Amino acid sequence: MRISGPNGIGKSSLIRQICGLIPCNEGTIILDTAPALADERAALDPDKSLRAALLFWADIDGAPPARLDAAMERMALSPLADLPVRMLSTGQRKRAALARVIASPAKLWLLDEPGNGLDGASLASLGAAMDTHAASGGAIIAASHFDLPHAFSETLDLSEYAP
Amino acid sequence: MMRALLPLIRRDIGAAWSGGGLWLPVIFLILVASLYPFAVGPDARLLGQTGGGMLWIAALLAALLPIERLIAPDAQAGMFDQLLVRGISDETIALAKMLAHWLSFGPPLMIATLPAAALLKLDGSTLIRLELGLAIGTPALAALGVLTAALTAGLRSAGALSGLLALPLAVPLLIFGAGALHEGSGAALKFLAAISLLLVALTPIAAGAAMRAGRE
Repeated sequence: MRISGPNGIGKSSLIRQICGLIPCNEGTIILDTAPALADERAALDPDKSLRAALLFWADIDGAPPARLDAAMERMALSPLADLPVRMLSTGQRKRAALARVIASPAKLWLLDEPGNGLDGASLASLGAAMDTHAASGGAIIAASHFDLPHAFSETLDLSEYAP
Repeated sequence: MMRALLPLIRRDIGAAWSGGGLWLPVIFLILVASLYPFAVGPDARLLGQTGGGMLWIAALLAALLPIERLIAPDAQAGMFDQLLVRGISDETIALAKMLAHWLSFGPPLMIATLPAAALLKLDGSTLIRLELGLAIGTPALAALGVLTAALTAGLRSAGALSGLLALPLAVPLLIFGAGALHEGSGAALKFLAAISLLLVALTPIAAGAAMRAGRE
């Protein structure tokens, strides 16, 4: 499902509510699976190498390192594996956060503006990764103000619910 | 819950090692111990009588040094959000932070106390009581550090504020810790242990609540 709408309409807040990070004022969200989240913050240790920083999360997720390597390959991060995270550009960090989601065993992906800061080639590989995930029975909720290269089964336009 | 505790502790200790945070309290303690005789004069009897208390103050302040690095950078980097999404509670994160903070400053501080005690001419039995007191008291200092770090995370000039917040709470530790330095002061040691237990038990809950409130 894609959540669309202009800036400030509440796409990110909705994603954070689905995660349970902020409470709902009205209604309840029932989530019976642990999702994988990629938002605007990479949450990687700046002094560690990219691979070590991602391995920390793979360790917590219970994802085997081979799966992480495949995800890094997919987002074209393998040549950057030994670079410290603080040297990476915004787009590279974004790709790293997406690689963590791709490597995680979670069924549900929550992506907050996954296309921001990505170049054309990365956007295409993100689209391919989303296709693979959806084809293997996974679900994706992505908030984006522009079209992503993936055939979403539903689109929720938040501007229809503007106060 | 437990599957995240060990990686988190390992990560935090690693960060303390590589960030130089491990040496800061040690150097601070030894610096204070070497400056103190210059300030009060090289009278061995006076130094021996007052040095133990001085080392307690130094240990207390040394524990406050890394407070700013404990919670705020991780909260800003989105680390906690990622952990919470994985079903790891704020309390578990606070517990891991507390254990890692103690492991990265408690034992080094106790080792640094040995040369510091020599500089201040502490006698053997005082040194043993000081080390015993630090072994009981430093977990409480670590708990206090994590608690104030969680309360002040996200505030501007959090460093100064956390000092002001933590020091009054640390007064009982100082009273009983320094009180335990005298001979036959088992009661002070027991009080110190009681306060330490209370702080260590309360901190994960209180710091977790503070982190949750800071997010909303």
